[in-house]
Amino acid sequence: MASKESMELRGVIARNQRWDLIVGTVGLLATALGVIILTLLFLDLVLDGWRRLTPEFFLNFPSRRPEEAGILSAWVGSALVMIVTAFTAVPLGVAAAIYLEEYAPKNWVTELIEINVTNLAAVPSIIYGLLALGLFVYILGFGHSILTAGLTLGLMILPIIIVATREALRAIPVAIREAAYALGATRWQVVSDHLIPYASGGIYTGVIIGLSRAIGETAPVITIGALTFIAFLPPIPFSGDPPAGPFDWLFSPFTVLPIQMFNWLSRPQSAFHVNAAATGIVIIVATLAMNGIAIWLRSRIRAKLKW
Amino acid sequence: MSDAMTATETGGSPSSLYLDRIRTMRHVRNGKERVIEAILFVAAFCAVAVTVAIVAILLYEASTFFAHVSLVEFLTGTEWTPLFERASYGMLPLLVGTVVTSFIAFVVAGPLGFLIAMYLSEFAPPKLAEVLKPFLELLAGVPTIVYGYFALLFVTPLLQKIIPGLPGFNMLSAGLVMGLMIVPYVASVAEDAMRAVPMALREGSYAMGATRFQTAMWVVLPASFSGVMAAFVLGISRAVGETMIVAIAAGQQPNFTFDPREPAATITAYIVQVAMGDLPHGSIGYQSIFAVGLVLVVITLVFNLIGQMLRRRIREVY
Amino acid sequence: MSEQNNATIVSEPLKAETRKFNFYYGDNHALKNVDLPVAERMVTALIGPSGCGKSTLLRSFNRMHDLYPGNRYEGEIRLYPDDVNLVSPAVDPIEIRMRISMVFQKPNPFPKTIFENVAYGLMVRGEKRRSVLEEKVEEALRGAALWEEVKDRLDDLAFNLSGGQQQRLCIARALAADPEIILFDEPTSALDPIATASIEELIAEIKEKVTILIVTHNMQQAARISDYTAFMYLGELVEFGRTDELFVRPRKKQTEDYITGRFG
Repeated sequence: MASKESMELRGVIARNQRWDLIVGTVGLLATALGVIILTLLFLDLVLDGWRRLTPEFFLNFPSRRPEEAGILSAWVGSALVMIVTAFTAVPLGVAAAIYLEEYAPKNWVTELIEINVTNLAAVPSIIYGLLALGLFVYILGFGHSILTAGLTLGLMILPIIIVATREALRAIPVAIREAAYALGATRWQVVSDHLIPYASGGIYTGVIIGLSRAIGETAPVITIGALTFIAFLPPIPFSGDPPAGPFDWLFSPFTVLPIQMFNWLSRPQSAFHVNAAATGIVIIVATLAMNGIAIWLRSRIRAKLKW
Repeated sequence: MSDAMTATETGGSPSSLYLDRIRTMRHVRNGKERVIEAILFVAAFCAVAVTVAIVAILLYEASTFFAHVSLVEFLTGTEWTPLFERASYGMLPLLVGTVVTSFIAFVVAGPLGFLIAMYLSEFAPPKLAEVLKPFLELLAGVPTIVYGYFALLFVTPLLQKIIPGLPGFNMLSAGLVMGLMIVPYVASVAEDAMRAVPMALREGSYAMGATRFQTAMWVVLPASFSGVMAAFVLGISRAVGETMIVAIAAGQQPNFTFDPREPAATITAYIVQVAMGDLPHGSIGYQSIFAVGLVLVVITLVFNLIGQMLRRRIREVY
Repeated sequence: MSEQNNATIVSEPLKAETRKFNFYYGDNHALKNVDLPVAERMVTALIGPSGCGKSTLLRSFNRMHDLYPGNRYEGEIRLYPDDVNLVSPAVDPIEIRMRISMVFQKPNPFPKTIFENVAYGLMVRGEKRRSVLEEKVEEALRGAALWEEVKDRLDDLAFNLSGGQQQRLCIARALAADPEIILFDEPTSALDPIATASIEELIAEIKEKVTILIVTHNMQQAARISDYTAFMYLGELVEFGRTDELFVRPRKKQTEDYITGRFG
């Protein structure tokens, strides 16, 4: 009796499992398709641009002759903007996260701030450009400067850092907090002596991911009016004649890597497209390296910290 | 410290000096704590301030624009030529450009993202999923300018071989690449939602002899439905706000058409075009970017609020 | 290890039997040479301190361990009357799960209607005829003593039921699949005493038709509802016997210590 029923069952199962196979294969193909197409695209970029990645490319200013043009002003600009961005976003983001996670009472104000942070993370980046154009460029008069760009990108990655820091803080067990309080620590002592050090790995991860977003971001920087042709570097503090002030570079005009790439990409001559591809490789390597470090850091923290 | 020691040694009330000190310190300490809390609160409030500033600045800058252009013309007009001598300010062409490119992107990213999420969450061997998930995250971190390069110099030439006469700038190529760009994001959010479905539910289904596919379709998908919807909605929102791909590959000229083969400007591409131009701040043409920016904020805000609501719902259930 | 063959203790025909059964979670040797007979249409209870392997053994019967990587079976679990080794890689775990149902520790209804929950086992088999589904669902719900309570709201979400009702729904879900064995994994540990009593009553009724294997952490429960009891400790089956004998005259010192409450 069992055998006849089980024969029937086996027929049903075989039919059901055919679907498993189909859907499993389709899913695998979809994943592979995504991975393959994107790999193909990157390969295309590398093939187009790798020849231009010479030392001169990094040491030359942009030029009307494509084969002499380089990205010196662009990468220096990117680096300086990132410094301002980090100095804006890290203290602000970490402080906001600590408040929300450790201090905030559960009331409507906190609720409002929370909804806000989630939504800010999804505001299109170009809108930050418009905000900066109105606020930093025209109302505060910072002009089309490194300072404006750094502040803009800083505000843009603020939500990323807040979310990452909060997650890191949340992973610390209550028992740690209670142990510290039980020794008479104040709230700030608990935060500064225990929580920030223990959460630092997670905070670094968030900061790196945020900065990698910022370094590749183009739209808001275009909107605040970054120049596309810059054949000089911002003033080095105390150099030149008359000597530059320590913060003069903040107000200097600038360009960044993605803008330089966009500029070259907008030219009709394909020789400039090669430069764009080379710049693209530089940007991708920078962001992927940063992301890779962040992912590696996170997995290491997960493996090490098992509360 | 030494005071406290003495107090105990001399046999007075134990650590009384210590206590006194703690009590006198209390005032100072509470003050310091309050200052720190206030600073932290201000930092947290900055998040709100940024939102308020976005809305305020956009409204303020757009007011010059709306002093000259009626809201009705702005929202219903089919011609957008603020930079011409005889300017028209109907933003529908920009809106249509945004809708068409976002729709194409969604057609690519929706099904592909969903399939990848379902595969990773329900079908893939855990080892493979562990490798693929960070890889997806990496792809999601690639700057959009690079995707713009692909759209203009790889996908468009390829499409021109299939569709003869396709212009160098077109919405199809931009939309397709934009779709590829948001695939990792959609997959990642949808996969999170599926993974949030408790193992007990899956076990309940497997214990009945269900296959993976049956379990995925009848148990995991219904249970994570709102989360998957959230992934779609948030993905579309990304496409709507995306700038560089469309600015590079779809062209920056407003064009009132639903034909994806044509070049057309989106809201974001138009902003780029004006920001790169030489219009003076204060002119109506320049201020128009704040007006269209306002529309963009409203659209993405609506999408995001819906997405967050859906996402929150699935978190509340489990 | 046992001086006496456990299978000879059982007077009824066997529905299943483990022979020299071992189980590994990766390197962790979780079950060691277990010989457990399961009498047909009887209730066999697995007891023992937590971590003794009783749930692991239970979950081997419907191959739930196949869902997670790194798990390994060794030895046999024979299912009668076909006399197949159900942990053999050649045997399809899905077929086994269709024939051997399971009720979990915490009620785990699907986020679906009451009707769909109960009909799930049939839907998995491809049954689409509404009349058949309706008939089977009613039969199963009656069998689980839930019909009167839910007959007017079969289209309500199962989440809206109380904990005890949810667990009876899960039993109905298992019954609707016409299983040969039902595995119960501490089915009352998340329930209040009244709901527990109703589940125990139910088990006594169900065993008229189905073989039952139940894991329980509650010795009184094992004594109340089971015909045979197996005491497990540290992954080994220490003692197996008729419930009335094992609780009154345990042969092993460890069993005696456990049932008299000296450890565990």
